Amino acid sequence: MKLVMAIIKPFKLDEVRQALTELGLQGMTVTEVKGYGRQKGHTEIYRGAEYAVNFLPKIKIEVVVPAKMVDKAVDAIVAAAKTGQIGDGKIFVVPVEQTVRIRTGETNESAL
Amino acid sequence: MTTLAKYLFGVVAAFVVLALYHVHPALAQDEAAAAAEEVAKLDTGDTAWMLTSTALVLMMTIPGLALFYGGMVRKKNVLATVMQSFATTCIVTVVWMVISYSLAFQDGGAMNAYIGGMERFLLHGMGSDTLSGTIPESVFMTFQMTFAIITPALICGAFADRMKFSALVIFMILWSIFIYAPIAHWVWGGGFLGSLGVLDFAGGTVVHINAGVAGLVCALFLGKRIGYGTENMAPYNLVYAVIGASLLWVGWFGFNAGSAVASNGSAGMAMAVTQIATATAALAWMFIEWIVHKKPSVLGIISGAVAGLVAITPASGFVDPVGSLWIGAAAGLGCFFAATTMKKAIGYDDSLDAFGVHAIGGIIGALLTGVFAVKAIGGTPGLLEGNPGQVLTQLEGIIATIVWSGVGTFVILIITNILVGVRVSQAVEIEGLDINLHGEVIQ
Repeated sequence: MKLVMAIIKPFKLDEVRQALTELGLQGMTVTEVKGYGRQKGHTEIYRGAEYAVNFLPKIKIEVVVPAKMVDKAVDAIVAAAKTGQIGDGKIFVVPVEQTVRIRTGETNESAL
Repeated sequence: MTTLAKYLFGVVAAFVVLALYHVHPALAQDEAAAAAEEVAKLDTGDTAWMLTSTALVLMMTIPGLALFYGGMVRKKNVLATVMQSFATTCIVTVVWMVISYSLAFQDGGAMNAYIGGMERFLLHGMGSDTLSGTIPESVFMTFQMTFAIITPALICGAFADRMKFSALVIFMILWSIFIYAPIAHWVWGGGFLGSLGVLDFAGGTVVHINAGVAGLVCALFLGKRIGYGTENMAPYNLVYAVIGASLLWVGWFGFNAGSAVASNGSAGMAMAVTQIATATAALAWMFIEWIVHKKPSVLGIISGAVAGLVAITPASGFVDPVGSLWIGAAAGLGCFFAATTMKKAIGYDDSLDAFGVHAIGGIIGALLTGVFAVKAIGGTPGLLEGNPGQVLTQLEGIIATIVWSGVGTFVILIITNILVGVRVSQAVEIEGLDINLHGEVIQ
């Protein structure tokens, strides 16, 4: 099992969700986050006072998938979240040791 | 940018054409003059309009100003800022009832040029059948009370984010009695500025220059906020500020058209010029900001609207629509430079630009009232109708107000500082006023 963690532009969330659902994935966790990469921040101006805002709002999606699904899931996220503009985000894949469904006690892939 | 430049050129050209038109004297309106000197008798039309105006002007402070200011501060100080407007409304109501109304609007005997008398202490002698002109005195007293409320509430914009609440309570009580009441008396209560011929239809001098100058003194006395110029002090929620500014705009019809204290042609013209000046000032601020900072901002257009409302306030019963267009344009541009370039150059921290918008807008409005006053509308000609002296008279009103408000506010701050201290501790300021002063937070 792998944890696929994707940081994407907020307005791309629904397209990504749809793409992952079409692969047959049954759930995901979404968090509103702030951060920056090469895009850096932006500048806001209020009555002439300029503020450099370093952390921009992004969405973090976390989804755990069976190892054989990882490439498909990553490709689906890239296809759905890509605009070609700077600031599209990143995807991290990390190994997962164990999964437990709390309600039934099922473990690992049958719990996904 | 070239397209924008063309548009601007068009706007300037339109102004020039209108200026040429302005040489034309306006049509005479003699109905007001004829109705003026009759025996005092209650007029139901006037009374109905003044009841309405009173409610409109109260709406300017709560929720208008509360939301306008509340939306512009940081999240940790929103409730404290809203509280300042609301508490000021309550405090000034009681102070006005006890003593300020009497000091502002009663005959002061030998001292009448400077301060009124104590005849209406605790509103003694004001019954349901007592008249003030053609309306019940109770309505006039409450109408004027709403002006006494909004004036000190405007000052809160200058010391936002760092004033102790206990200090605010003391400051508001003293300020209403010793600053607002005398200046209102000077202009409207039979005092020396009114006798001098200073034109201030709805309070450009009494309300806005007064509050704005007091605000500057407060900003200087309290000092800059921690992190001013380095930390991000972006507004919490500009939608609140837009709602607040819009309520101010609507309420201002009670402020300006209500200052006719009658339901007549003067009130109607005051309403029209208020609308025109406000929209023009909003556009002026928007366009100049578009040029200077590359984007027309929401905060910019609403700030311009408030600047226009302020500037047309003294002029509203005296100028014609074309005059109001000029006043609006001047206010939008002048207040933009005051709140951005001038504030930055001088370096004071007037948090929400009480000085930059209200004092500067008020001064522009007071002076231009002397320029654009039309005899056929308000009974007094201005510079354009061959009466340059009116501009000097206006200047005297401005200077008297600046001196009394500036010095008086400074003394009140010293007293307040000795009694309770005016500024919150560094820890409180950094963590936020809401949780520390009021025990509440916005989630």
